[in-house]
Amino acid sequence: MTLPVTNLVEISNLNFGYSSRLVLKGINLTVPKGSLVAIMGLSGCGKTTLLRLIGGQLRAHDGTVTVAGQCLNHMNSKDLYALRRRMGMLFQFGALFTDLSVYNNVAYQMHEHTRLPESVIHDLTLMKLNAVGLRGAQALMPSELSGGMARRVALARATALDPELILYDEPFAGLDPISLGVIGQLIRRLNDASGATSVIVTHDVQESLKIVDYVYFVSEGVIVAQGTPEQIRSSTLPFVHQFIWGEADGPMPFHYPAPKMKDDLDLRSA
Amino acid sequence: MAQNALIRGLQQVGDHALKIVERMGAVMIFLGLILVHSANSFRRFGLTIREVYFAGVQSLIIILVSGLFVGMVLGLQGYETLQNYGSEQSVGILVALSLVRELGPVVAALLFASRAGSAITAEIGLMKATEQLSAMEMMAINPIARVVAPRFWGGVISMPLLAMLFSAMGIVGGFLVAVVLIGVDAGAFWSQMQSAVDFRHDIVNGIIKSLVFGVAISAIATFEGYEAPPTAEGVSGATTRTVVSSSLAILALDLVLTAFMLKGWN
Repeated sequence: MTLPVTNLVEISNLNFGYSSRLVLKGINLTVPKGSLVAIMGLSGCGKTTLLRLIGGQLRAHDGTVTVAGQCLNHMNSKDLYALRRRMGMLFQFGALFTDLSVYNNVAYQMHEHTRLPESVIHDLTLMKLNAVGLRGAQALMPSELSGGMARRVALARATALDPELILYDEPFAGLDPISLGVIGQLIRRLNDASGATSVIVTHDVQESLKIVDYVYFVSEGVIVAQGTPEQIRSSTLPFVHQFIWGEADGPMPFHYPAPKMKDDLDLRSA
Repeated sequence: MAQNALIRGLQQVGDHALKIVERMGAVMIFLGLILVHSANSFRRFGLTIREVYFAGVQSLIIILVSGLFVGMVLGLQGYETLQNYGSEQSVGILVALSLVRELGPVVAALLFASRAGSAITAEIGLMKATEQLSAMEMMAINPIARVVAPRFWGGVISMPLLAMLFSAMGIVGGFLVAVVLIGVDAGAFWSQMQSAVDFRHDIVNGIIKSLVFGVAISAIATFEGYEAPPTAEGVSGATTRTVVSSSLAILALDLVLTAFMLKGWN
């Protein structure tokens, strides 16, 4: 596969931590325009932090994060908000506004950021909802939706203003197999149809490898592997192999560091 | 040994005091941020009116019922005390002055902090915990302008109106007990009240107090919600802090304002 040469997101030599704990170490990553890139890794490996750095919710201490040619490190809030109007983000649990209906959730940004006539907003909103198969659910409140439906509404909301860059935080977490497949295909289709660039943070290997163009594997804050889905599937790296096949034994320990079992249970040798 | 324990104790008190002062400073900075981002609340006044409904109109029942009971108790206690001096006809003055100067603004504010303040904190805190505020930020919408400022102004507008209604209802309660139940002369009740209550010094000062309480409660409630840790314990702790801090702030501010008002602001 040939990727476009221009990068929408560029991260170079990034180090980031909370207090004294370093979460990301020496990250170098690029997301070419129009591509769908996955950042994978175990829970707590720093991938959501990486996504928040790309979205400007966190600022890099060391290294640079560049989006659409603009460095986010010291960007003022006015410029950041201007840049964010070109972004969309799908949160892990949807983050729908619970006091607004499905329709108003999707139309929210159009009401806030545009002066479009209500009739145009109405048509655009229904088109967005139709794209995720939920035009018929426009009058429902978020509390009346299943997890999969809420994720689809959030997807329609994230793409409401046709952003250039769409960030997905664990879009597959907690979904049933049917919703999972539907969301995966929707992400791919929305990316291709609108010409957007997408970054997915996920630990769902099988679904992601079906739809993405490129994968970065993060472990303990470091990129340990990267490549196209084909390269990843055929990788012989122990970390990638363990992750892809979900094996308990491998470089990534299942157990959190702990004292010996017999010491914890106070067992004495007979 | 005992000396060390004493020093440790003093250190803990000092540390606690510093944290309180630090938090007060953070609330003031947050209040400044709200004021800077308030233009939207007035440009799109519908957002603020909606919050006046949630904070004010939905607090009406508790305010009116409490006002009625407080007024009735004042009528009873006032009559009982005043009749010892043969001045039971002045019970209307006692009820009205107690309510418009002190009890109306203060009790209405305490009820408002418990009813609406805690609700504002819980709502903003839960919006934060469910990433709704982050989602708004990612949509390039400032949550302080869109979520916090309308709630703040909704509280500030509601508070004086609720305090006035509390006082009015209290006077009705006092009338019911003193005149209807006990039999104080209705003419004396109303005429003495009319001659003793001064619009500028009593009613306006009462409104000023409730306005200040409204600013304090709304600032504390929105701050605690916005700064709440995004967990169940975090939101519940923030809600408790709103009620406790607001109540203490109301009583402390009442003392300061009353002192200034009795002195005449100069």
